[in-house]
Amino acid sequence: MEFLLHPFQYEFFRRGLLAALLAGGLCGLIGVYIVLRRMSYIGHGLSHAVFGGAVISYVLSLNFYVGAALWGFLAALVINEVTRRRKIGADAAIGVVTTASFAMGVALISRARKFTRNFEAALFGNILGVTSTDLVVILIVTLFAAMGIFFFYKQLLFSTFDEEVARVYGVPTRRVNTLFSLILAAAIIASMQVMGVTLIAAAIVTPAITARLLTDSFSKLVGLSILLGSLTAVVGMYLSYYLDIASGASIVLFASLVFSGVLGYSSFRSPSQKVVPRSVSKRASELLEDL
Amino acid sequence: MGLKPALTGIAYLAGKGISLKRRGLINLEAKKKMNGQHPTTDGGRRTWVKERPVIELVDVSCGYDHSPVFEKVDLNIYQGQFAGIVGPTGSGKTTLLKVILGLVKPLHGTVTVLGQPVQGKAPPFIGYVPQLESVDWDFPVTVEQVVMMGRYREMGILPWPNSRDRRLVSELLERLGLTAYAKRQIRNLSGGQQQRVFLARALIGNPKLILLDEPTAGVDLKTQHDILHLLTEVNLKGVTILLTTHDLNAIAAHLPWVICFNQRVIAQGAPEEIFTTEVLRQTYNSEMMVIKQGPLTLIANSALVLKSHE
Repeated sequence: MEFLLHPFQYEFFRRGLLAALLAGGLCGLIGVYIVLRRMSYIGHGLSHAVFGGAVISYVLSLNFYVGAALWGFLAALVINEVTRRRKIGADAAIGVVTTASFAMGVALISRARKFTRNFEAALFGNILGVTSTDLVVILIVTLFAAMGIFFFYKQLLFSTFDEEVARVYGVPTRRVNTLFSLILAAAIIASMQVMGVTLIAAAIVTPAITARLLTDSFSKLVGLSILLGSLTAVVGMYLSYYLDIASGASIVLFASLVFSGVLGYSSFRSPSQKVVPRSVSKRASELLEDL
Repeated sequence: MGLKPALTGIAYLAGKGISLKRRGLINLEAKKKMNGQHPTTDGGRRTWVKERPVIELVDVSCGYDHSPVFEKVDLNIYQGQFAGIVGPTGSGKTTLLKVILGLVKPLHGTVTVLGQPVQGKAPPFIGYVPQLESVDWDFPVTVEQVVMMGRYREMGILPWPNSRDRRLVSELLERLGLTAYAKRQIRNLSGGQQQRVFLARALIGNPKLILLDEPTAGVDLKTQHDILHLLTEVNLKGVTILLTTHDLNAIAAHLPWVICFNQRVIAQGAPEEIFTTEVLRQTYNSEMMVIKQGPLTLIANSALVLKSHE
């Protein structure tokens, strides 16, 4: 008990833990849709794109959230448009757009070496970096994501499962996709301080695929993924505190450990059952074949 | 499809007494409506009823990136019709369905469904069963949840179904013999059950028109038969059905109305009338042999027959 309560004497830990709890749950929630929509690569790319926006806002002395948000929403919309093109594979296009943005951030940092340390936090996540403003932003984004996904539950489920048929049944799939892209961008920006841009993708995907191994029911999957996301984030924060490692890394490593355990357990239980999400590129090629 | 399985299929279907042609109420209904007048023949194409068609394509052209999929297609499907579109792979069958559904915008021409112009938006009262191949079978949804999706238009603003939604879904599952599988994940079903689940999703919204893309592909003969029977039952309740198939013998030959399609409508009519060597050659760009024996029409690929004599 002492072990758990000891770090609570520090305000930075209390703030960091609350931020991790919320960001972990948030990532777990959107992760379900990211995995089922085969968007994990988009999530990965988007977080890198946002990094470029963050650096630019720093250089121009803009508010970090304003700059990153504008940049992130722009990147999300560009990705959304690009994935509807046919000649260039969606994965390739995302690779170009987001890595270029990331490279821009890196280039700007290397020009002005003095703020390198700040960006180490943005890249890998830092428990010490969480301010009360960060906490408020995470809280607002979590509420926004939860409400958006709650009210558009049917639309999201239908269009995630079967977008074409959803359109036939009158689901406004384009609006739903745009809303989801916005939620994703907001979630990535909000979790940046805790997870770090390079590690967010894993924090989003891992709880969802772990939960997927444990259930076949969609509603249970959502609940379990949120729970796993929060839980691994909280445990990761303690690991970060006691082992003195970057919070993003400890959260992702612990989540991966849980995933490995569940994977081992489920393949032991039913060796024939394989539920491995196909890659985005596979989906893109399927879409191409359809035409 | 080889000759032998085709023959077996026909024998099977004939043995089960599945004569959809005789149930092809279009003729009967149309005659009734026309007060005993015989259908008129118009340029080789029958026109039955003067009422508004359920599906009306006028001079429709369609293509992707300037390469046309089909051009100048005129096609009418009437109330209560049960029709199948046949044609080879790449003939534009699926695109034709997607134009009707509003999923693909035509480059030219007008599409009207149930009296409403289709403009990038699907009209109401339409049910759609996509190719089973396109379904993500690992998706974590149960049979019940898939069927519930079909009630999207009728469901309220709340994210979850109300008791009426749940009752209607369970009644339909009962009718289709799927009650025992309601809570199952969709992968853990047989091919026939899977097809019925997706048909249930199309039926739950009380459609006036159902479109099915290759509903009998990749399922065994017994299941093909079950699906055709089920569709016939649905059709008898007044629902217009349009499906695509590449199976001439086991499916198309048993439908009341067939449309031979390859980038244009080559011929349409009752299968025993339009399945001729010439029509099939134009449709498939390949020599086909049409064997008629009593009420049965059997189509064989001539190339295959020659090979078997070698």
